[in-house]
Amino acid sequence: MTVTDTPFAGGIVGEARLRKEDPALLTGEAKFIDDLDLPGALWVACVRSPHAHARINSVDTSEALAVAGVVAAYSGEDLADTWVAPLPCAWPVTDDMKNPAHFPVAQGKANYAGDIVAVVVATSRYAAADGLEGVVVDYEPLDAVVSIEDAESDRVVIHEDLGTNVSYEWPLIPDPEGVDAAFEAAEHHITETYVHQRLIPAPMEPRGVAVVPAPHNGDMTLYSSTQIPHVLKVMAALTLGVPEQKLRVIAPSVGGGFGCKLNVYAEEILCMALAQRHGVPVRWTESRTEAAGSTIQGRAQRQTIELAADADGKLTAVRATLLADMGAYLQLVAPGVPLLGAFLYHGLYDVPLYSFTCKSVFTNLTPTDAYRGAGRPEATYAIERGMDALAVAVGVGADEIRSRNFIPTEKFPYDSPAGLVFDSGNYQPALDRAKELIGWDARMAEQAERRAAGSTTHLGLGISTYVEMCGLAPSRVLASLNYGAGGWESATVRILPTCKVQVVTGATPHGQGHETCWSMIVADRLGVDPDDVEVLHSDTAISPLGMDTYGSRSLSVGGTAIWMATEKVVEKAATIAAHMLEANPEDLELTGGVFSVKGSPDAEVPLAGVAFAAFTAHDLPDGVEPNLQAQVTWDPPNFTFPFGAHIAVVEIDEVTGAVDLIDYAACDDCGNQINPMIVEGQVHGGIVQGVAQALWEEAVYDEDGQCRSANLADYLVPSAAECIDMKLDHTVTPSPTNPMGVKGIGEAGTIASTPAVMNAVVDALRPLGVTGMAMPASPMTVRRAIEAAGGGAS
Amino acid sequence: MIPAAVGYVRADSVEAAVAALGEHGDEAKLLAGGQSLIPLMRLRLARPSVLVDMGRANDLRGISVDGDTVSIGALTSHSDLEHSAELAAACPLLAHVASQVGDPAVRHRGTLGGSLAHADPASDLPAAVLALGGTLVATGPGGSREIAATDFFTGFLESALAADEVLAGVRVPVSTGGWSYQKFNRRAQDWAIVGVAVAEGGAGVGLVNMGSTPLRASAVEAAVAGGAGASDAAASAAEGTEPPSDNNADPAYREHLVRVLTERALVAAGA
Ligand SMILES: Cc1cc2nc3c(=O)[nH]c(=O)nc-3n(C[C@H](O)[C@H](O)[C@H](O)COP(=O)(O)OP(=O)(O)OC[C@H]3O[C@@H](n4cnc5c(N)ncnc54)[C@H](O)[C@@H]3O)c2cc1C
Repeated sequence: MTVTDTPFAGGIVGEARLRKEDPALLTGEAKFIDDLDLPGALWVACVRSPHAHARINSVDTSEALAVAGVVAAYSGEDLADTWVAPLPCAWPVTDDMKNPAHFPVAQGKANYAGDIVAVVVATSRYAAADGLEGVVVDYEPLDAVVSIEDAESDRVVIHEDLGTNVSYEWPLIPDPEGVDAAFEAAEHHITETYVHQRLIPAPMEPRGVAVVPAPHNGDMTLYSSTQIPHVLKVMAALTLGVPEQKLRVIAPSVGGGFGCKLNVYAEEILCMALAQRHGVPVRWTESRTEAAGSTIQGRAQRQTIELAADADGKLTAVRATLLADMGAYLQLVAPGVPLLGAFLYHGLYDVPLYSFTCKSVFTNLTPTDAYRGAGRPEATYAIERGMDALAVAVGVGADEIRSRNFIPTEKFPYDSPAGLVFDSGNYQPALDRAKELIGWDARMAEQAERRAAGSTTHLGLGISTYVEMCGLAPSRVLASLNYGAGGWESATVRILPTCKVQVVTGATPHGQGHETCWSMIVADRLGVDPDDVEVLHSDTAISPLGMDTYGSRSLSVGGTAIWMATEKVVEKAATIAAHMLEANPEDLELTGGVFSVKGSPDAEVPLAGVAFAAFTAHDLPDGVEPNLQAQVTWDPPNFTFPFGAHIAVVEIDEVTGAVDLIDYAACDDCGNQINPMIVEGQVHGGIVQGVAQALWEEAVYDEDGQCRSANLADYLVPSAAECIDMKLDHTVTPSPTNPMGVKGIGEAGTIASTPAVMNAVVDALRPLGVTGMAMPASPMTVRRAIEAAGGGAS
Repeated sequence: MIPAAVGYVRADSVEAAVAALGEHGDEAKLLAGGQSLIPLMRLRLARPSVLVDMGRANDLRGISVDGDTVSIGALTSHSDLEHSAELAAACPLLAHVASQVGDPAVRHRGTLGGSLAHADPASDLPAAVLALGGTLVATGPGGSREIAATDFFTGFLESALAADEVLAGVRVPVSTGGWSYQKFNRRAQDWAIVGVAVAEGGAGVGLVNMGSTPLRASAVEAAVAGGAGASDAAASAAEGTEPPSDNNADPAYREHLVRVLTERALVAAGA
């Protein structure tokens, strides 16, 4: 990276500054939903269907009402008149998409184990839990649909009124004949099928809701552990018929989300309705076991990828076919999740012809939706596993097959075969650096030695190179995908009379460190201390405009809005400073918090003086309004396209099947970095979350649709003990799409690491005849695969 | 999850605990570290009427070595076992097994007595006490009695303790011969999918999670006593077991694992 590539001159951006969020979080001063003190609040507990699929013959709440402390209990029928509209799905990807009516409390039928069938309202959380036991529901269990294949067959149609379990089919095939011809002419035709197991997002803080009504003037404040207070406000107003101007949504400290809090949930709307009905605050806090069934789940796809290549392994076409599990209902953006990967099944390879089709079906399982990476981990997994299969067929190394196919650097901006424009990229250096970090040649030699010695502890190396599209998103592109909202972000920068700064952002941090980064961006430009910049967010009364945080969008979209608003404030301040200095605004420069006239070192005025002058307004230039404040809403012209190369090294005990991740290297490129420490943290966490899909995590369901991994003893979220030191580095290819040259990094690790680990697992076992592996690669799964291939020392 | 309402009394000595059990009857439950009981209560799978909290019964805490015998109070925490220099010298197997239980938070609260009384076949410490040929001391209204570890585990989560008895302590022989504990799990904090504890070069072999109770691998012990090598002795490790099925392992895989781990444990213990 050359110095001229960075637009930052203040010496603050680029520093690994500690996070200003952390003291409050580490000392317990930060308030999460469950910490809110709401005198007189009633607690809500949900009666959830124990059956995955059942008719509800009757709901009897009389015994519950007799429990001490229980104030009310309602069935779905009791509340049926409350809803103005069903729970929203904002992404009707096709005009004929099937979308079953989904109400906060089910009526007539429960469609997954966890579906709310009744609700108890009580004076304490304990009384509400006691009340649950008093609600008697007469269920008539029905056959449950738990696999996507069974769903597709329509053996049992879950939503009878829809007539089918298929929600939609969505093709993206710019040149069908071309693709067919390419496969016919191909020297190598690889066909691989992969299954992405269901994942249970497990943020440290489960969900929670508290609603405070003001019955006499009609105001209502909704506190929710959500990633999307702004979107939630609009959706909740529509679903419940509450006037939007009377509704305030606050996301207090939010303990992680990973996409599962990018939603509008039954409990949010339910608590609002009950607060309205009872005229007092109403609250609900999710338990961990409850979360396993009632918070959305991730992934849940079966994918078939086909690669056509010439004799040298140069790709000529890619064809991907998906079957995606939506679960029992369509949550907020669920139908669009496969589409977020739809453009990326050719990865970062230069492929002329492309075909993608997705069919999405309903099952009697918990609804799915966006989970860290949303669509892009799935796409990357398919192409990266497929590339390893191709390398074997061609007889070249996993590194070489990739190098032969990378989009050449000189082709950027690159018109992708799926119709995107990749704004920038430079892939080979990232792979070279990752190989260097891991000691590729030495590891390969070690592998060869072990194989020659007949060791039963196998070494495997796995590469995953990736590009992703993030920074959601240009509003016009979203429109073309039928998404129900825009992709802009809003920011206000306000210099207060004492030269302290307030930044208002429409992004909604829930662990990422936006307060630190946003204040660094502003401080770098203004020449003030980052600690003198306060970032306000996550409260629609303070930050009324926003599109919130998901899809690695906050920096490249929200941060850009902040950058622009800062520029706008500086421009106004320069006008006032010029007036004070009797100079031309164009001749002024702002460095180190002081305006000076270029070429006249003595003519200067500090920003603080300008700020106070803007406040007193005693002597402003004609036509200039008092105060220093600017607001910008930015709609990005394109996505950003981070990329990188990850390499995993695993050791596998052939006898037990145990997989041990022993080394990991990653070289990522997210363009210019605001705070490298935060980038590193995102990469660390992302990698571990992706490794977890490869090795540990799986929502296990039995044939009746009962979740057999509903707690953290059975659902294997990795802990610090499972993490290894990772060797990280980066290249810097600034994005030309935004003025800061930044790209997303929040999802990259998760996108890249799953295929790196699985490629390493398969690589380790290839001499034993193993050619594929299901996720998670648990010891039993691995051992069975070895046995099935005819091997396996005992 | 939210437990049901429960009464609470403190019993700061073994006598007080016995008296409280007598007073509050069958529905009372002793509370030691709470690391098994509280999760069950939160799921409302256990609903005692009264908790008899022994947390401050300091007479039941501590490790002492006298001649050939190590005596450990029931309330001694896993962490105390793990970090006791005396235990490390006199019975390294037990100290090591304690260090493999759960995570540090669990080990600081959980107790040896609780782990044994709970009689969970997936627990680590019962298998070690079995392998060591330990003796449990139960105190009831009529005084104390001794129960051999091999007679203690009577069924799934069931022990030979009477409803009005408190497990006061455990005695194991000083054991410094070859030992090993092979715990197979997927995350460091997890329960064993299968575990094998070997004491005195294979004279005692205890199995974790291979049936409805903690088990002793008698066939392996007999083979070792008969002079069999590790591999041959381990071949019979699954004999007489009835391994459970769960997300991590089906019975066949557990049988495979128990043979592999037993062989590894015997080798490590120098059999
Ligand atoms: C997250 C987690 C992970 C864990 N991982 C493991 C693991 O890997 N391996 C493992 O072995 N264990 C594990 N445990 C269980 C832990 O070891 C428990 O501490 C132990 O099983 C019970 O001991 P306690 O003192 O906590 O007993 P409590 O939970 O207080 O009591 C358990 C039962 O024993 C009875 N009881 C307790 N003390 C006595 C006594 N002196 N006399 C008579 N009855 C008594 C109680 O009434 C109750 O029925 C884990 C627990 C947790 C929460």
